[in-house]
Amino acid sequence: MQPFDVHHFNDNTPLNTFSTAKTSRFLAGGTNLIDLMKLQVETPKTLISLAKWKSANAISQNNTHYHIGAMVSNSDLAKFAHSEPSLSVLSQALLSGATVQLRNRATTAGNLLQRTRCYYFYDTTKACNKREPGSGCTALNSMNRIHAIFGTSDKCIATHPSDMAVAMIALNAIVNTQLPDGTERKIALREFYQAPGDSPHIESVLQDGELITHVSIEKKERGTQYYHKVRDRSSYAFALVSVAAGLTIKDGRAHNVNLAFGGVGTTPWYPEKAIRVLEGAEISPEVISQAADAELATAKVFGSNDFKPLLLRRTLEKVLMEIFTHQSDHPHHEGALHGNA
Amino acid sequence: MATPNSKIVGSAVNRIDGVQKVTGQARYAAEQMSEQIPLVGWIVASDTAVGEITSLETGLAEQSEGVHAVITYKNAGPLKPFGKPADESRFTQSRAVLNEPHIRHFGAPVALVIADTLEQARYAASLVDYTIEGQTPELLTHFEGATQVPDSLDGGFEPDATSGNRPDNSDVKTSVDSTYTTPSQISAAMEPHATVAEFKNGKLEVFTSVQIIASAVEALAITLEMDAENIVVQSPFIGGGFGSKLGLHYDATLACIGARHLKRAVKVVLSRRQVFYNTPHRGHSTQQMTLSANSDGELLSIVHKSAMPKAKGYEFAEATGAGARVTYQSQYIESTHRVKDVDLPLIDSTRSPGDAIGSLAFESAIDELAHEAGVDPLTFRLNNLPVVHPMKGTPFTSHNLGECLRQGAQQFKWQHKPQPSKGKVIGHGVASAMRMNVFVESSAQVEIDEQGKVTVRTDMTDIGTGTYTILAQIAADALQTSVDNVTVQLGDSRYPASCGSGGSFGAASTGSAVKRACEALLDSIQSQLPSELSNAKLYVEEGKVKAAMPNTDDTATQFLITDYIPTNTFPISAIGKVSEDDTSDDEQYSCGAHFAEVEVDTYTGEVRLLRQYGMFSAGQILNIKTASSQIKGGMVWGAGYALTEGIHHHENSASFVNPDFGEYHIAVNRDIAEVSLDFLEEPDYAASPVGAKGIGELGITGAGAAIANAIFDATKVRVRDFPITMDKIISG
Amino acid sequence: MATLKLNGSDVSLPDDPRTTLLDFLHQHLSLFGTKKGCDHGQCGACTVLVDGERVNACLAFAFQLEDCEVTTIEGIGQRDSLHPLQQAFIERDAFQCGYCTSGQICSGVSLLQELTNGDPSAVTYSSKASLKEDISERMSGNLCRCGAYPNIVDAITDVIAMERQ
Repeated sequence: MQPFDVHHFNDNTPLNTFSTAKTSRFLAGGTNLIDLMKLQVETPKTLISLAKWKSANAISQNNTHYHIGAMVSNSDLAKFAHSEPSLSVLSQALLSGATVQLRNRATTAGNLLQRTRCYYFYDTTKACNKREPGSGCTALNSMNRIHAIFGTSDKCIATHPSDMAVAMIALNAIVNTQLPDGTERKIALREFYQAPGDSPHIESVLQDGELITHVSIEKKERGTQYYHKVRDRSSYAFALVSVAAGLTIKDGRAHNVNLAFGGVGTTPWYPEKAIRVLEGAEISPEVISQAADAELATAKVFGSNDFKPLLLRRTLEKVLMEIFTHQSDHPHHEGALHGNA
Repeated sequence: MATPNSKIVGSAVNRIDGVQKVTGQARYAAEQMSEQIPLVGWIVASDTAVGEITSLETGLAEQSEGVHAVITYKNAGPLKPFGKPADESRFTQSRAVLNEPHIRHFGAPVALVIADTLEQARYAASLVDYTIEGQTPELLTHFEGATQVPDSLDGGFEPDATSGNRPDNSDVKTSVDSTYTTPSQISAAMEPHATVAEFKNGKLEVFTSVQIIASAVEALAITLEMDAENIVVQSPFIGGGFGSKLGLHYDATLACIGARHLKRAVKVVLSRRQVFYNTPHRGHSTQQMTLSANSDGELLSIVHKSAMPKAKGYEFAEATGAGARVTYQSQYIESTHRVKDVDLPLIDSTRSPGDAIGSLAFESAIDELAHEAGVDPLTFRLNNLPVVHPMKGTPFTSHNLGECLRQGAQQFKWQHKPQPSKGKVIGHGVASAMRMNVFVESSAQVEIDEQGKVTVRTDMTDIGTGTYTILAQIAADALQTSVDNVTVQLGDSRYPASCGSGGSFGAASTGSAVKRACEALLDSIQSQLPSELSNAKLYVEEGKVKAAMPNTDDTATQFLITDYIPTNTFPISAIGKVSEDDTSDDEQYSCGAHFAEVEVDTYTGEVRLLRQYGMFSAGQILNIKTASSQIKGGMVWGAGYALTEGIHHHENSASFVNPDFGEYHIAVNRDIAEVSLDFLEEPDYAASPVGAKGIGELGITGAGAAIANAIFDATKVRVRDFPITMDKIISG
Repeated sequence: MATLKLNGSDVSLPDDPRTTLLDFLHQHLSLFGTKKGCDHGQCGACTVLVDGERVNACLAFAFQLEDCEVTTIEGIGQRDSLHPLQQAFIERDAFQCGYCTSGQICSGVSLLQELTNGDPSAVTYSSKASLKEDISERMSGNLCRCGAYPNIVDAITDVIAMERQ
C-alpha cells in the first residue's frame, strides 16, 4: 500500500478545503477501497476520511421522500427498509449482499461507488482498461463467467457488483451531491452510472471532489417486491444474475413495474425495454418471455458467460410469476413476497 | 481406585486444547514472538510463469522506509537447488527459492523485502523492478495431451493395472461411456502458510505451519545446507493443512534465508493470493470411463483412464483410479493414469488425493450405469460388492461397505423422498467410499512423574484432527488415569519422531506408538518392583502412583509405587515405536456410504442441499466427537467439490483467474444444511495396534458424488463437468 | 492523543495510517487472538466487535476507529470465565483447527444480539425460514475450511435455547 495523507471531513469543515486531485479519495467505510489499496489497484495519495461526518449517518423522511445519509451503513439501511413495506426490495437486496460484518461497515454512498469485482481488475499483472486506461481488456478473451452482457464495449465488460444499487435503480432513487464550490446536485441513479464505452475508468457522472451527501427515494406504491440473486454460493458471493422487482396487479394487469437487473450489466441495469412490455400487460410466461426478448436483443455474450441470457430469462420468469401469483392472491399487497411481516 | 479397563478411548471427550482455541490463546506459527519482534518479509511475486530474470532493480526498495534488506538470487546465500537431491522424498528435497534467476511458475518469489512492519515491506516490494524474459508455459489442455506414465502414484499404486478378461459383446446389456472433468482445486486452509525463523546460539529455530515435523527439519537442512542437528522446528498449532502443509513451502525457506542474512528473527506470512501460487494445489483431471453390465445388473467391465497435469520437476501424481480398482467386483477392470509436465505451481496432495476427485467421477458413472440398467442405484451397488480385492484376489482385513450401504440407507430413509415445494424438485443420491488405510512408522515418549502426572511427547501434529485429545485418551486408558491428568506436547522436533499428520495415518500410527510407550512405561515400572509384585496393576489416584496386587480371593492389595521405587527415580519415561511390521499385509480399507438430499429450483437450476448423511466403518473410533467432526468436515468438502469449488486458469500466463476467497468458492455456512453420520464400529487390530483406521479422507470420498447423483435424480440432468453450477443444469 | 478503547482499555492509535485494525492488534499490541485468513474481507477470521457490531478488522484502518470501542476474542471471555458461546463451541466441537474460531465466536456473540434486536437477514425474506437456516445465513461471513458449520450452528442454537429459558 502506497503511503498517503489523511484528512478528516466533518460537519464543520467546508468541502472546498480538501484536495480535488485525481489522486485523492473519500474514505467512507473502506470495505472496498482498503481492499483495493492493499493490492495497489487503488493508489491514492490523499484520503479524506468521512468517519467523523456524523450528520451523514441519519435517515430522515418527509411526506414525499426518504432521505438516506451517505454514511448510513448497509445494515442500518436494511433494517430501516425492512420496516417500510414500499422499500422491501431494497432491504432484500442489501441483505443478499456481502456479510453482516461487511454491511456493518459498508455505507450507502460507498456501496454506490464500489468498483467491479472483475478478476483482472484485481490482478495487477493483467491488462485492464479500467485500472490502467489503454492497457487492454483481459476479460474479453479469457474466463468471463462473472462478466456483463449489457452495456459492454470492446474496452470493458466488467459488471457493477452492487445489489443495493440494483434495488435503488428499480426504485428510481435520486443521488444528492455537493460540489467543492458548495453547490448541490440531484442526479437520478438511472443516469448516475456511465457505461464503459472508450473510458471504462470513468464509472459515474461525479466530478472530481464531488461528494455524495444522501440518496432520496420517493414514497409510492410498489406492490409485492422480490429481489432474487442467483450466485455460485448460497451466500457471500456476487450475483451472476439478480432481479429486483416490485409491481401491483390491477384487473389482471401489471402496474407500477419497478424492475432492475444485477450481475448482467456494466452498470446496475435498468431494463427499460422489458418494462415497456410489462407495464399494463397481463402477466404470463409468454409476456415475461417477450419482455426478456426485448431486453436481451441488445445483450452480447463473451464465452464463459454465454449462460447469462438464459439464466436471466429464467430468473425473471421466476420472480415475476411468483410476484404475480402473490398479488393475485393478495390484492393491494405492499411489501416482500416472502416472510416480511 | 480407578475402575480397571475403564474405556476412555472412543468416548466423546471434549478437545483438551479447546479452551485455548475458543479464547484465542492457541498460538499459531505467525504469532510466535522471539525476544525481539520479528522483522516482516514480503514476497515480490513473478508476473511470468516461466523464464529468466534479466534485470532486477532493488535500490528504491532498499531505501524505502523501514526496510532492512531486499533478498534476491544475488544475495540469498548458499542454497541447494530446488528438488535436489533427486533420491530424497519430495518432502525432504530442497525447497530452495531465490537461488537462481530462473522462474518456474507464475507468482513465484523474485525477491523478499524485509522491513520493520508489514505496511513498509509490502509497499517496498512494489518498488522492486524486474524483467523476466518469459517462455510460453506448457499446460495440459486436453485428455490426449497427457502421454507420460508417471513414475509412481500417490499411495503406492501402479500407474496402470488390468485384471480379468474383456467381456463378450453378447453379454453386455448396458454400457456407459462418459468423460468427467474436475477442476484444479486448493486446500485453502484458513491459516495461510507462515514461518518465523531465527538463529539463536548457532541453532536455527523455526516456528512454521507444517503437518510433518521430521521431514521439515530434513528439508531445511538440505535446502540451507546445514546440519539437521542444528535445526529445531515447532508447529504446536496448525490452522488446517489438508495436504497443503505436508511439506514446507517458500514462507519457510524465505524466513530462514532472511534470518540468516540479517541475523534477526524474520517472519514470512503468505498472503491469501500468495497461498494459491506458493503452496500446492490439486491438478484438474479428465477421467474417461467405459462401464458395462450384463442383463442381471452385474458389472462386466470397468475401464477408467485418467489424465492430469504434473508440476515440472516435482514427482506427484494422483491415483484417481484407486476407487475404480477396488470398490466393485467386475469381470474386467482396467485403470490407467497419464500425466503431462506443466509450468504451474506445485501440484501435490489435497485432501484425499486420488479418491476425492476419482470418486466424483467414478461414483457418478456407476450411477449412470445403474440408471441405464434400470436398477435402483443403491441396489446396483449392493449387487456388485467384492468379497476379496476385485483385481488382486487378496483378502481385506475387514470390509463393511455392504453394511454401510444397507444400514446407511435405512438411517437416511433412502426410499422416502419428501414433497418438494412449488417450483422445486427434490432428489436423492448415494455413493460408496473406499479409502485405503495406511500405517506408518511412528514414535512417542510417555513420562510419569511422582505425582502421577503423565506427559506424552511426540513431534506428531494436530492440524485440527484432535490429536492432542486422542493421544491423551489412549494414554489415560493405558495408564489407568484420567484425561485431565495427561499433558500432551506435540509439534516439536526435539520430541520423538512421528509419522506426522497426513494420508489419514496419523491417529492410528501415532496412537499405537503412544500405546506402546505406555506399555513400555508399565514394564519399566513393574521391572523395578519386587518380583512378587510384578503382576500389580498400576493406576494413578489422588496425585500418587499406586498399584493393586490381585489376591486369590478377588480382592486386591493396594500400595504406593514410591514405597518400592525411590522418588528420585521419577520422572520415569519410555519410548514407544511402531512400524510397518505392526500392520497386516492384507488389503486395508476404511469404508463408507454417502447419501444426499437436494432441492433444485426448476427455473434457475439453483441447488440447495437439504441433507447429507453417511455411514462409515473405520475400525476403532478413538473419539466419537472429534471423529464425527472430521468426517463432517470431509462431507462439507464433498459439497464444495460437487457444487462450488474450482480454480479457473488463465492459460496464456499460466496463472489463476480466481486466487482468493472471493472467487474461489469454498462452501459457506448456508451452503451446508443437515450433516449427520454414524459409525459401524469394529476395531481392526490387523490394521493397527489400537484397532483404528484412517478417517480424515474417508468423509470426502464419495460425498460429492452422492450430491451429484441426487441432482441427477431431481433434474434428470447429468452434469459431468464439476462443479455442478446452476448454468450447467439449466443448459443440460 | 488519538485513541481507541480496546477490551476496555485506551490504546493510542498507530503512527502509520496504513495500519489496519487487524495489523494494529498483531504488530503493536501483540494480541494474536484475532486471525488473518485473507486480509481482504473474504473470510471473516478477523471478525471483532466495534461499538458492539461485528466488523472485519482487516478492512478498517485503525485511524477510522478513533474513540470507538473494540472488543476482540480476548475481551469476550477468559479461560476461567468463558462466554456461554465459547463453552458451547467446546461442547459441540464447533471447531477443528481453531483458526477461524475467534472470528466465528465474535460473529456468534454479535449474532445473538442481532436476533434480540430483531435485525432482519436474507432468510427473513425466504419462503420457508428456519432458525437454523437463519443462523447459517448470518454466519456465512465466517468461512471454516475444516467444515465445522453444522456444529457451529448447533453451538449457537444451544446458547439461544439457553437464553430463552
